[in-house]
Amino acid sequence: MSATPTFAPADASATAPAGAIGTVPTTVAQALILSRYQFRDFLRSRRFILMMGIVLAAGAILTTVVAYFRPAGLIDNADDLYGGLWAGGAGVVIVFAGIIFGGDAIAGEFQNKTGYFLMGLPIKRTTVYAGKYLATLAASIVSLIVYLIIVTGNAVYYLGAGAFSVPIPLIESFAITLLYLLALLGFVFLFSSLFKTSAYAVLVVAILFLFGFSIIQEVIVSLAHTEPWFLLSYVNSINAYPLTGVPGHIVTTRSPFGRATVTTYNPTYFEGLVVMAGYWLLTTIGGLLFFEREEFT
Amino acid sequence: MTPSIEAVGLTKRFGSFTALDHLNLKVDGSKCVGFLGPNGAGKTTTLKMFTDLIFPSEGEAFINGVSVQKDRKRALSVCGDLIESPEIYPSLTPREAFQMSGALRGMRPEEVASRTTTVLEEVKMMEWADQKFGSFSKGMKQRVNIAAALLSDPEVVILDEPSTGLDPRGMAEVRSIVRGLKKGHRLIFMSSHILSEVVDVCDEVALLDRGKLLFADRLANVTQRLGGGVRAVEAEFASPLDETVLASQIGALPEVGGWSRTDANRITLQVKGGPVEQAHLLEKIASLQLGLVSFRESRSALEEVYLREISVGDA
Ligand SMILES: Nc1ncnc2c1ncn2[C@@H]1O[C@H](COP(=O)(O)OP(=O)(O)OP(=O)(O)O)[C@@H](O)[C@H]1O
Ligand SMILES: [Mg+2]
Repeated sequence: MSATPTFAPADASATAPAGAIGTVPTTVAQALILSRYQFRDFLRSRRFILMMGIVLAAGAILTTVVAYFRPAGLIDNADDLYGGLWAGGAGVVIVFAGIIFGGDAIAGEFQNKTGYFLMGLPIKRTTVYAGKYLATLAASIVSLIVYLIIVTGNAVYYLGAGAFSVPIPLIESFAITLLYLLALLGFVFLFSSLFKTSAYAVLVVAILFLFGFSIIQEVIVSLAHTEPWFLLSYVNSINAYPLTGVPGHIVTTRSPFGRATVTTYNPTYFEGLVVMAGYWLLTTIGGLLFFEREEFT
Repeated sequence: MTPSIEAVGLTKRFGSFTALDHLNLKVDGSKCVGFLGPNGAGKTTTLKMFTDLIFPSEGEAFINGVSVQKDRKRALSVCGDLIESPEIYPSLTPREAFQMSGALRGMRPEEVASRTTTVLEEVKMMEWADQKFGSFSKGMKQRVNIAAALLSDPEVVILDEPSTGLDPRGMAEVRSIVRGLKKGHRLIFMSSHILSEVVDVCDEVALLDRGKLLFADRLANVTQRLGGGVRAVEAEFASPLDETVLASQIGALPEVGGWSRTDANRITLQVKGGPVEQAHLLEKIASLQLGLVSFRESRSALEEVYLREISVGDA
């Protein structure tokens, strides 16, 4: 049928599109544009309110418990206070942020058919993945900052101006926490690309990070007597080190009863940084490979 | 550049089932091409490969000569599409969704704003521009989706059953939108089940059945495909006609190949010959003064060809 093209009417030039309006932006620019809109969508969504509710509830519980017990080792100095309250709690905030913001990031595009709208645009799949990842990252960082503000509030209450005495270690701790966030979101996005149903993606991630990995870690340590260096949930504890100092790598304590010894493992900086960066890299590559091959059937 | 889309050996298998079997089709120039076929023929499958939503098992799809599979970003940059019924993020309003897709397409904010008004007015959804998409009815969503496909004033428009879910007025509006689109230098490729819509707005048709292309031709040539085929005409009368009157007066006319009663007031006639004979027949029946109310082809030529070609496939 190409042999007999019919031609546009004479006035065509007046309305003729030159392909289409606009010159498609670069991949990086598109990722940023997409992430901006997605982030705005997060801010207005119920899930953001849910996340803030979780962070505020966690902050309230923590504040109450500390106020009630006033553990001396914790509220005497800024190092220990941030090392205990911030570094530990941030890991939990990140897991919730990952589940709430990231769990359905990719799966939802398939399930809710919003992907048909997005993928009909001149945009690479990688760009969509990156844009959504960036938006989730930004929303998670906002949650982390809110949590840090709550902890700082406590610090100011107990230490006054002393609350601001450890800026550098705190920044270092925040940076390590961000690396953990990057890795965890990589993981969440990988699972989100593996499933086309949001609920499965959310459920698997929640189970793994809320219980799964801690159980695996217990099993490895107590039964296999091996350091679980390869578990993300194990190495993330290095985010406390800038504040509390680096504990012994392998600590063996003799049980007060009998001859049994108890071994506890603590990740080294090197292990922690390499494993988290490794998770980030591998899960991102894996997730992208899946998403690139996934069909909107 | 002449807008074009081309499928080269385009094939899609789902497991052992072949949904599309080596489709070779090139359409170019500014025109509207109707993509027809029964349910499950493979129309949506084809259009999804043209928009890179699914991947071919074999072959390649090109838009304006650019391979969709090799460079989706460049290929789709000239294309506006509507495949199945997409959902816009429910918390966004049409205006916001268009801001996002416009920005991703590289349109300037003021272009997006003016085009948003234009396309939403075209689909009669302007007063809903600032309401959340999630609250819209099916037909309202479809209207916004059509507008979304046209936002960038694209040179190639791919539509999968654009009238789905629309009320009669909506369907008429789709026709007038497509007719309006044809005024530009533009290629429209749309699947449809509504043959009258296709006859109304399309210049060419491609007919698909069970993953195979049966024919692709200009609509004007479709009538000729009927060849020695017989036209069926339906005549309606003001009051029930007597069987003997029918047989002696109408059935005996030389242009009538056969007749049957549809109901008390209506009969279906097979017309011998072409349009000239059909005209004679109408004049003769009218002059019999039997109370003729209407006289029309019971099926369009396209419908005739469609049904014949599909049933050949069944045999
Ligand atoms: N994901 C899938 N898995 C298996 N089979 C599929 C899948 N998607 C489509 N098919 C099959 O491919 C065939 C073509 O489907 P397609 O949706 O392209 O038809 P269609 O021509 O658009 O039909 P309709 O007019 O009903 O929209 C059908 O038989 C369908 O069952
Ligand atoms: Mg279809």
